[in-house]
Amino acid sequence: MKKKKCIAMLLAGGQGTRLYALTSRVAKPAVSFGSKYRIIDFPLSNCTNSGIDTVGVLTQYQPLILNEYLGNGEPWDLDRTYGGLHTLPPYQAKSGGEWYKGTANAIYQNLHFIENYASEHVIILSGDHIYKMDYSLMLAAHIEADADCTIAVIDVSPAEAPRFGIMDYDGERKITSFEEKPKNPKSNHASMGVYIFKTSSLVRELIEDEADPDSSNDFGKNVIPKMLKQGSKMFAYQFRGYWKDVGTVASLWESNMDLLGSRPVLDLNDPNFKVYSRNKALPPSYIGAGGRISNSVLTAGCEVYGTVVNSVLGEGVTIAAGAYVSDSVIMRGTAVGKNVKMYFGVIDEDVIIEDGAAIGDGSSDKNGIALVGRGSRVKGGAVIKSGEIVEAEQQK
Amino acid sequence: MKAVGIVFSNIHDKEIKELTALRTLASVPFGGRFRLIDFVLSNMVNSGISKVGVITKRNYQSLMDHIGSGKSWDLSRKRGGLIVLPPYGVSGTTLYQSRFEAIKNTEAFLRRSDEDYVVMSDCDNVCNFDFSRATDFHIEKNADITVVYRKKDIAAAERKPRTAFTLDGGRRVIKVENSDRMSGKKLVYTNMLIVDRRFLLSIVESAEENGFKSFSSDILTRTSDFRIYGYELEGYFASIDGVSNYYKHSMELLRPENRAALFKPDASIYTKVRDSAPCRLEASARVSDSLIADGCVIEGEVTGSILFRGVRVEKGAKIENSIIFQDTYVGADSRLNCVIADKQARILANRTLSGHETQPYFIAKGSII
Repeated sequence: MKKKKCIAMLLAGGQGTRLYALTSRVAKPAVSFGSKYRIIDFPLSNCTNSGIDTVGVLTQYQPLILNEYLGNGEPWDLDRTYGGLHTLPPYQAKSGGEWYKGTANAIYQNLHFIENYASEHVIILSGDHIYKMDYSLMLAAHIEADADCTIAVIDVSPAEAPRFGIMDYDGERKITSFEEKPKNPKSNHASMGVYIFKTSSLVRELIEDEADPDSSNDFGKNVIPKMLKQGSKMFAYQFRGYWKDVGTVASLWESNMDLLGSRPVLDLNDPNFKVYSRNKALPPSYIGAGGRISNSVLTAGCEVYGTVVNSVLGEGVTIAAGAYVSDSVIMRGTAVGKNVKMYFGVIDEDVIIEDGAAIGDGSSDKNGIALVGRGSRVKGGAVIKSGEIVEAEQQK
Repeated sequence: MKAVGIVFSNIHDKEIKELTALRTLASVPFGGRFRLIDFVLSNMVNSGISKVGVITKRNYQSLMDHIGSGKSWDLSRKRGGLIVLPPYGVSGTTLYQSRFEAIKNTEAFLRRSDEDYVVMSDCDNVCNFDFSRATDFHIEKNADITVVYRKKDIAAAERKPRTAFTLDGGRRVIKVENSDRMSGKKLVYTNMLIVDRRFLLSIVESAEENGFKSFSSDILTRTSDFRIYGYELEGYFASIDGVSNYYKHSMELLRPENRAALFKPDASIYTKVRDSAPCRLEASARVSDSLIADGCVIEGEVTGSILFRGVRVEKGAKIENSIIFQDTYVGADSRLNCVIADKQARILANRTLSGHETQPYFIAKGSII
């Protein structure tokens, strides 16, 4: 078989605890985003748009919905006879088996997958970010620099910097320092969690990391700092464009809102760089005679009889007459009853909000988003306060 | 289900010539994101049919582009799946003219099949129909042919060629009427039928010696020679056969009860995926009583209309009672009423276009106004 130039390993096993109810029953990469997508659509579509046709998706936490969604990879054009999309859960082997302990260990446990394709380079991705990026440009820079490892960086605001891996680099883009989540960041060059490794370097480093009993087997905490210390050739690749870590309810909400407006910050309407997704066969959305929807996005199968402003509606969402929905994200299959008032809500999939319920109020803002978890039922006339979290389990 | 499907993609093209100038009737867009053939293909697949032959004749490039390998309907299979049956040319012969000749063209396909039954349908039927029940009925009656009909009250003034049946108490067809001037309550043929495959082959083989030319007047009328039964289609049904009737049936989709009858959660209508971005309505958008597909960007006003994928409506534009196909652009402050705008048309700023619901104004594919 022909060697692959670069294959992707996508870390999709994280729980995403700061998304609270949204990840109680699904892995973070499978959380709905932007009306018709799930977070993982972005790195997968980036791969397809960058000419990467082999992607190993490492799953661990709550994989059922994610696995079903991924299927054979056909929606992303990743159903291939050689390569394509493969889900890689932890497994039992002769010498025993174990859960993925950290990001580096997850890749270590699947080294045979990488070796199978004998690719020269491996790109490590995560399912936590919303961004459109052509990895082939980064790969070209990586090859040109003959780097052991190239890390994609984006400049963030100084206030945000302590949340990320922060690095510094010289005029040749050679990385001079790397600190994971520093209290006092030296720069605002944040790691995007996108790494390209020379396969030989990756294999060597992962074997060494695994042998180190003090390591927590994490790329950002262990592997990258160690490589830098021992003088490996590590380069930064500067990305300019939209990139958002959607690890919190507030940032997920914000990123959804970035789709709105006459010149959206995040524009998905680019025929040359489509974001692919798996969607149900549904008729177009219907806006009723009394319905009113403005500054919003919606996809197929919605029925809107009430008023919707500054919001994002997922597949098959229904908004009954008299309802008022403002500044909210409503995910697929959710039904909003008559005369419901909703301000700054993030409503997960398949939620039923009965007539007359109130979620948030006119004084809510983005710091007090009300969150209703998958499959919940909000009783008629109930009041969910700004900032409150409702989960289906609690109601039983 | 041991049945194979056959879909006729061109049969009524000339009756709806504006929309079929550049495509087959099968690939005429309908309902905001579908093509007419999506309905029959989905109905067949939802009924358990996994092998479908699509008979094409001319202009089938857009149809091929739409159906591809049949993947969207789960018809990309190793066994069976979607099989396109283009005209089979023997030198000196011309393209087939009648349905019967079209069937003769598929003789090899039918012979290679091992299913006991053949479900045949035109592609201009918009309905959500379960062929498996009709096939069960066909088997139970030990019929040669089961025709699918619907009850219809025809106004005396209507002039349109139709086939109507009279049934006995056991639902066997005892009389067939082929006429373009029938009126009153009739059991009207939907151009969908179930037939025994071996029976169909025997008819095709003996067609020449028996002088069979037309399916409806030479085969269906032989009610005493053949065991022909009638199965009723209940619920929503529209047969698209002209621009004004296309317009009328399209607009019926704005009513929730018709959408519910057509788009059932347990029997979805599938179509080719286009991966458009979600539809974006801007702050100035005013949309009411309308169907809006993915990929639209709307700044203007849309009322009582159907917008296909990727339509752009600029600020101040006002679209009423109109059907706008894929990727059409409507410029600022333009006014459209009772218009059907075909794909990729560009209606520049400040244009006023108006038709009537009985005679919608038609804008051809790609034209600039």
